[in-house]
Amino acid sequence: MTANARALTVENVFGGYGGADILNGLDLRVGPGEIALIIGPNGAGKSTAIKAIFGLVKVRAGTVVYGGENLTGLRPDQIVHRGMCYVPQEHNVFPLLTVHENLEMGAFVRTDDFSHQLEMVYEMFPALVEKRNVQAGTLSGGQRQMVAIGRALMMEPSLLLLDEPTAGLSPIVMDSIFEKIREINGMGIAILMVEQNAKKALTFADRAYVLVMGRKRHEDSGPNILADPEVAEMFLGGGK
Amino acid sequence: MAELLQLLVYGIVLGSIITLGAIGVSLVFGILRFANFAHGDLMTVGAYFALVVANLQLSMWVAFPVAFLGTIGAALVIDRVLFRPLRRTAPVILLISSFGVALILRSLVQLIWGSANQVYEAGIQMPYVVMGLRIKPDQITIVLGAVVLVTALHLFLQNTKMGKAMRAMADNVDLARVTGIDTERVVVWTWVIAAGLAAAAGIFLGMDTRLHPVMGWKLLLPVFAAAILGGIGKPYGAIAGGLVIGIAQEFSTLFLSPAYKPAVAFGLMVVMLIVRPKGLMGGRG
Repeated sequence: MTANARALTVENVFGGYGGADILNGLDLRVGPGEIALIIGPNGAGKSTAIKAIFGLVKVRAGTVVYGGENLTGLRPDQIVHRGMCYVPQEHNVFPLLTVHENLEMGAFVRTDDFSHQLEMVYEMFPALVEKRNVQAGTLSGGQRQMVAIGRALMMEPSLLLLDEPTAGLSPIVMDSIFEKIREINGMGIAILMVEQNAKKALTFADRAYVLVMGRKRHEDSGPNILADPEVAEMFLGGGK
Repeated sequence: MAELLQLLVYGIVLGSIITLGAIGVSLVFGILRFANFAHGDLMTVGAYFALVVANLQLSMWVAFPVAFLGTIGAALVIDRVLFRPLRRTAPVILLISSFGVALILRSLVQLIWGSANQVYEAGIQMPYVVMGLRIKPDQITIVLGAVVLVTALHLFLQNTKMGKAMRAMADNVDLARVTGIDTERVVVWTWVIAAGLAAAAGIFLGMDTRLHPVMGWKLLLPVFAAAILGGIGKPYGAIAGGLVIGIAQEFSTLFLSPAYKPAVAFGLMVVMLIVRPKGLMGGRG
């Protein structure tokens, strides 16, 4: 897999679901191969930010530029062709399709031979090998998350958007998912994720954004944000 | 006993026809998310397209492809003109529109071909007598035809990229979209299959009984009952549902007037909705 040096730049984006704007002048950047994290209180527009980047939320003003190309206003099926894939927080597998079919669907728009990529995904998630002919809806939460991430990897993206990849998982499973995310990042794939379990994720994030009311409130490296007493007090539950 | 077996034969024949219709209703519901009330009249259209060919004294082997293509074409035009602009609206709007389409199709059939009963071939078919059971050659054609079509559909859904994409879209439309699946192309294929099977159901119904402008409309209730029995949106359930409804309708003639056949389908549907709303096969939680 080639790690192409593409950066994502979001500038002054306004938008929402049709009513009042949820994003109010959002700025953020993900450099090539970086892990970037979006944290913030409930209703800050974290998931909306990722959806706006991926063309799932109408961008009323502002621009989303990826690898020098303006993606603003493009549909998700056009964006996946440009090396960016998205894993929704919920309902992120096809429950009645088998694990293998889920992965195949990830490569739906590919016309070339993607068997090497299937192998790579099975290598990365060995737990899925014996489940390959099992309906994805019957899997545990952690395994389902692996299928969802594996599906997104089938397009060989250079940037992966993850919406709360560890939501609802036990601490042990959560750690293993974080481990996999770092492994994927180690292959040169940039990651932009929204995360509730912020403390853990901040330890390895190259860049973190604190979102409040649809705007960027703080930006720093993960460890620095973690050390910032104000942020810790407000968004990380203080001493808890 | 012989009488029961004879009714079973009739039930399987009727069930095959209902199944072909119910699969279409189920597919359209699963992928386009609305109950298509025009499906029965799409069957009628298919039956009359075949009649045109039959009246030219050509064989039914010519009639089938002509009816398939004609009905698929009609469904694609209707989708393009009417359903596509309404795609993002509420399902109830699509449902009412499909009701309108049903009326238009039925009226057109009546206008073009008249409202009299018609048949593909005049004359009486001599039934085969097998172990005391009377089976007409047409009935064998119907059941075998349905088996071939259902098998072909199964292979398509399980093994082709488009078939898998159809199942994926029925499973989770939003995820299909973010995965990059071209949902409009899936919709086109859905109509191709649903309308093709509707045409076959219409022709088989015409062979089994006779052609009339309300033939498909009258079958719509059992077709919906079968789709619901199988768990609507699940084409495999529709197969079981179709056979159950067909056989139940024929068996009911043992103690009810045949005029009440649709009531049997309706009754089963109501019971099913109360007892197992997710269909015979259950469903995901």
